[in-house]
Amino acid sequence: MKLGGAGRTIVLAALTLATIAPLVWMVGVSLMPLGSVATFPPPLWPTEPTLANYRELLFYHVGPGGGATSYRIGPAIVNSTLLAMLATALGLTFTLPAGYAFAKLRFVGRARLMQLLLALAVVPAQVAMLPLFLMLKSIGLINTYAGVLLPGLASVYGVLFIRQATLAIPDEMLDAARLDGASEWRILTLIVLPLLRPVVVTLALFTFLASWSDFLWPLIAITDQRLYTLPVALAAISREHGQDVELMMAGAVVTTLPVLLLFAALQRSYFTGVLGGGVKG
Amino acid sequence: MSRSSEARAGLAFTLPVLVATIVFLVVPTVAGLLLSLTDFDIYALADPANLRFVGGRNYTALVANPLFWHAVRNTLVLAGLGVPMAIATSLAVALLLDSATVRWKPVWRLLLFAPYVTTVVATALVWRYVLDTRTGLLNALLAVFGIAPVDWLGDPRTSIPATLIFIVWKAFGYNMLVFVAALSTVSTELREAARLDGAGAVARFRHVTLPAIGPALVLAAVLSVANFLQIFAEPYVMTHGGPAQSTITILYFMFDEGFTWWNLGTASAVAVVLFVAILCLTAAQARLARRQEWL
Repeated sequence: MKLGGAGRTIVLAALTLATIAPLVWMVGVSLMPLGSVATFPPPLWPTEPTLANYRELLFYHVGPGGGATSYRIGPAIVNSTLLAMLATALGLTFTLPAGYAFAKLRFVGRARLMQLLLALAVVPAQVAMLPLFLMLKSIGLINTYAGVLLPGLASVYGVLFIRQATLAIPDEMLDAARLDGASEWRILTLIVLPLLRPVVVTLALFTFLASWSDFLWPLIAITDQRLYTLPVALAAISREHGQDVELMMAGAVVTTLPVLLLFAALQRSYFTGVLGGGVKG
Repeated sequence: MSRSSEARAGLAFTLPVLVATIVFLVVPTVAGLLLSLTDFDIYALADPANLRFVGGRNYTALVANPLFWHAVRNTLVLAGLGVPMAIATSLAVALLLDSATVRWKPVWRLLLFAPYVTTVVATALVWRYVLDTRTGLLNALLAVFGIAPVDWLGDPRTSIPATLIFIVWKAFGYNMLVFVAALSTVSTELREAARLDGAGAVARFRHVTLPAIGPALVLAAVLSVANFLQIFAEPYVMTHGGPAQSTITILYFMFDEGFTWWNLGTASAVAVVLFVAILCLTAAQARLARRQEWL
C-alpha cells in the first residue's frame, strides 16, 4: 500500500489522537459529577462540567464517620513542589562544579575517579534502597525531607552530562581568565555557567521532573501521611477510593498536569536533553 | 597560572559528589550484598542483636520459593513481549514522522511524546479506568467493532497484555525521538540512488535505512530490557500484583518482602539477583556496542 503525504499525515493524526485520548478523557472525567462514569458506553466529556471533585480533593470534606476528613492532596502538592525544587537546587549544586572539574581541571586521580563514576552509573538505585532505608532509619531521617533527598545527591548521570557539555568549551578562554588572576570558582560561575546555560536548564528540568514523578523511594522513605508526595498520596487514596473514578481522575490531573505544562513550555530544552543524553565517557 | 590551586579546586569541586556517591550508593550496595547473607527480619529491625549470618540460605530459599519464580517469569514475559512491542511502535511512528511529505511534524511529535513525561502513578491510575470492563474507554471502542467486553485487568490471561498496552503507551515516545534523530542521518542521496536502482520500499529499508539506524536500535533494545526488569509502579497501582499474582514483578516481590513483611534479608537477595541481571545486560550492551557493524 502506498501512502502519500496527506495519507501519512492522516495516519499520524489518528495515532496522535489515540495516544492523547486517555489524557483528554482524564481531564473530561475529572470535571464530571461523582458517579457519572457508571454507564456503558462511558460518557466521553462532561455535559455539565463541575469542579466539585477538585474541591473535595483539595479541601476538607465530611467523612464516613461524620467528621471532617481530608485526602491531604493540598499538603502533597506542597511536599512534591518543595522536594522537586530542593532536589533540583541540590542536584545542580553538586553536579555543576564536579562536571566542570572532570572536564577542565587537572588534578591527581581525575582519570581514576572518572572511571569509578562511569562504573557506578550502571548500579541500579533499587539495589541500594533496602540498606539505605536502614541507614537513614538509624539516624532518624526516615519521614523527613532529607531522607527523601539525600540518595539523589549520588547523581552520577548529572556529572557525566555536565562534563560532556563542558568539554566543548575551548581551553583558551579559561586560560585567559586564569592569567587575569581569576579563581576557579569565578571561572566556573562567571564564564562556564553562562556558556552552559541551555545544558543547565535541561538538567534542571530533568531533575525536577524525575523528583516529581519518583515513586518507589518516597514510598519507602515516607510513612507519615502529612509528608506524602503526590504520587504516594495518589496511590494510597486509590487503594481506598478506587471506585470514585471522577475523584481519582481529578487527582491524576493535579499530579500530571504540572509536568505536562512544564514540558510543553520547555520542550526544546527537553528534546535536546533526550538526544544529547547518550552520555559517553 | 598555578598548578596547585587548579588541583585544589579540582578536588574541592568533585569531593561533594564523590562523598555522596560513596555514602549513598557504594556503601548501601555493598551493605545490600552483606544484608542478603543475614536473616534480617522484623525482630532484627527491633533489636540488631537478633541478627544472624545465614550464608547463602536466603538464596536457596528464593530458588525454592514458587512466588519468586512467578515474579521472575512475569518479569521475563513482560520484557519478552514488551521490548519488541515498544521498539516496533517507536520505529513505526518514527518512520512516519521521518517522511518528507508529512505536515505539522512538531505538533505530532510533541503530543506523541507527552505520555512519556507524565507521572507513572497518575497515568497508571487513568489506564486502570480506561481498561475497566464495564465503563472503560477501550471496551467502549471495541464495542463499536462488535467485540464483547474484555476483563483486561481482572483476568490472569489478559492482565499482562493489558499492563503492556499501558507501558508501551507511556514509553514509546522516548525511542521514537531517538529513532527520528537516527533516521535523519540516513543519506537522502543513498535512498534516492537505491530508488533509482529499482529497490522497493522493503529492500530500501533493509539495505539503506536499517544499517544506518542499527546501532540506535540495538542500544534502545538493551536499555528497554533494563527498564522492563525494573517495573514496579505499574502493577502496584493498576493490579496490586493480581489477579492470581499474574502481574507480580521482581521489584514488586522485593518491595513486598522488604516493606510489607520486613524480610530485609530475603529482599536484599532479590535485589542482588536483579543487580547481577542488569550487570550482565550492561556487559552485553558494551560488547554489542564494540561490534556495531553486525547488522
